[in-house]
Amino acid sequence: MIRLLNVRKGFNLGRTNEFIAVGGVDLSLEGNRITVLKGPSGSGKTTLLSLIGCMSRPTSGRISLLRNLLGNNGFLKDGDTPEVEVTSLPERFLTEIRRQTFGFIFQQLNLIKGVTVLENILLPAYPLGKKHGVVKKRAEELLDMFGLGDRAAARVEWLSGGEAQRVAIARALMNDPPIIIADEPTAHLDSKLSREFMDIIAHLKGQGKTIIIASHDPLVFEAPVVDRVIAVRDGMIDGAGA
Amino acid sequence: MTSWIEKQRSILDYTLSSLIRRKGKNISLFIVYTLVVFILASAMFFTEAMKREASLILKGAPEMVVQRLLMGRYDPIPLDYLQKIRGIRGVISADARLWGYYYDPAVGANYTVMAPRNQSIAQGKIIIGKGIARVRMINKGDILSFHAYDGQVRSFTIDGELPAASELVSADLILITEAGFRDLFGFPASHATDIVVSVRNPQELLTIARKISEQLPDTRPIIRDEIVRTYDSVFDWRGGMVIVLIMMALLAFVIFAWEKASGLSAEEKREIGILKAIGWETSDVIAVKTYEGSVVSFFSFAFGILLAYGHVFFSSAFLFAPALKGWSVLYPDFRITPFIDPHQVGILFFLTVVPYTVATIVPSWRAAIVDPDSVMRS
Repeated sequence: MIRLLNVRKGFNLGRTNEFIAVGGVDLSLEGNRITVLKGPSGSGKTTLLSLIGCMSRPTSGRISLLRNLLGNNGFLKDGDTPEVEVTSLPERFLTEIRRQTFGFIFQQLNLIKGVTVLENILLPAYPLGKKHGVVKKRAEELLDMFGLGDRAAARVEWLSGGEAQRVAIARALMNDPPIIIADEPTAHLDSKLSREFMDIIAHLKGQGKTIIIASHDPLVFEAPVVDRVIAVRDGMIDGAGA
Repeated sequence: MTSWIEKQRSILDYTLSSLIRRKGKNISLFIVYTLVVFILASAMFFTEAMKREASLILKGAPEMVVQRLLMGRYDPIPLDYLQKIRGIRGVISADARLWGYYYDPAVGANYTVMAPRNQSIAQGKIIIGKGIARVRMINKGDILSFHAYDGQVRSFTIDGELPAASELVSADLILITEAGFRDLFGFPASHATDIVVSVRNPQELLTIARKISEQLPDTRPIIRDEIVRTYDSVFDWRGGMVIVLIMMALLAFVIFAWEKASGLSAEEKREIGILKAIGWETSDVIAVKTYEGSVVSFFSFAFGILLAYGHVFFSSAFLFAPALKGWSVLYPDFRITPFIDPHQVGILFFLTVVPYTVATIVPSWRAAIVDPDSVMRS
């Protein structure tokens, strides 16, 4: 479903402060699974997530996605193979993939302050050009699903930590992407909220979503709902994880 | 197409909420922007209206004036020149004019004193401009005294005031009899200030002027069109001087706009990163910033123009009048006829809206082309 072939990512290449965050990773991730990338801070988990989610390009190596994950993106041709190599695509197409294929839940949540809960959730749908009524209905359904129906008009900075986390999840689901990427999603949550988060993740898996999480929280990688745990250390896959 | 419209609608929605979110910044921008447009537009409207006003008044001015020169400077013209000028083919009439300046130390103002050719004034009487009436606080029936050339005082009774319609040129004017004029200034009966000439065919003005110069080599014929051009350039120069100052204000505004509109805060850069990360294209981000800039620009520009219009045409440009109406104690008090030159408004639009829009878009574009990956690490 997602295949990484000898993927490397370096920063400040050729300078004295050169740093290799991911060094030659080969990895295959299956669909409709919950996969956790486990490792200490600075191990390269976030960089790996960002490469998988088409947020950045690898310095070398290839990343391929199953074609049916890419929806009806404009760059696809009838004659394409079942797997599409995305690393060499122009930025415009990577943006399209981020919009349609991936939903992101960031460590800092990255909700836009001063904007209402409803508008924050609507944001990923704006570039799609769908009818406002349709996308608004979808956002309201998500709000109801996460018990935020009465908070639609509230500004995000007024929300509790758990509510803000749920808004971030709802935003990630707005365009109904097949893959959800979550970076340290429980870093700012207490144990109760962390378990609640894992319950939501389990629910999404039940809906057929593929979930990739980077975390060093045992509540996440030891959760029974997790299908696969991949240990990452010093930018490499540790042991038989690949 | 529908999809494009829906997308623009959504982006506009977001733009509006962004404008409201950053209302402090946007209101301060609006105020400064409006102020700059107001000053620039006021100067443009005022100078243009003054040029029109002057050209309308000069329509009634003589076609040609002949002055005598002595050592390259003005000198009174002998009356026997009249016959020589009248003898030139194509000249309908040539008349002597008597006018000069009188400095009134009581108010520190210069008056223009004139003996009119076609208006009879009773002996011992004068007619004054509204500016003099205001500054000396005198009315019809009052007596105005002058220090004559011989140091003696000459007194005249005010017989009336000149109409307000001509105040731009008559604010400082005093009309007096020929005898009174010559007596006040000690001006010899054989001379006049200058000679006004009318010609049969305006096409021949230049030829007649050349003939006068040939027959009377110590004279200088001045054609009305030259006066109109001089007035134009005088007002342009005055307007130009103000515009030089205003260009500095504009430059300050550009720096301000660059700092405020372009210098994206860390919060705005973060917001752009988030939008990119969740699937907004660079062009979508630029569209938001363009709409934001356009809304501020358009409303500031429109409001600035409206304020300037009110300032110049309804309150007689009270802020600029002392600098632009001329340097005098006797400022004319008149209402300028409303007139707007679309060409000038267009120039103003490009002087303000274009720099501001560029200031808004360029840094947003620079922020929008950064890898969305940076958001993951914020």
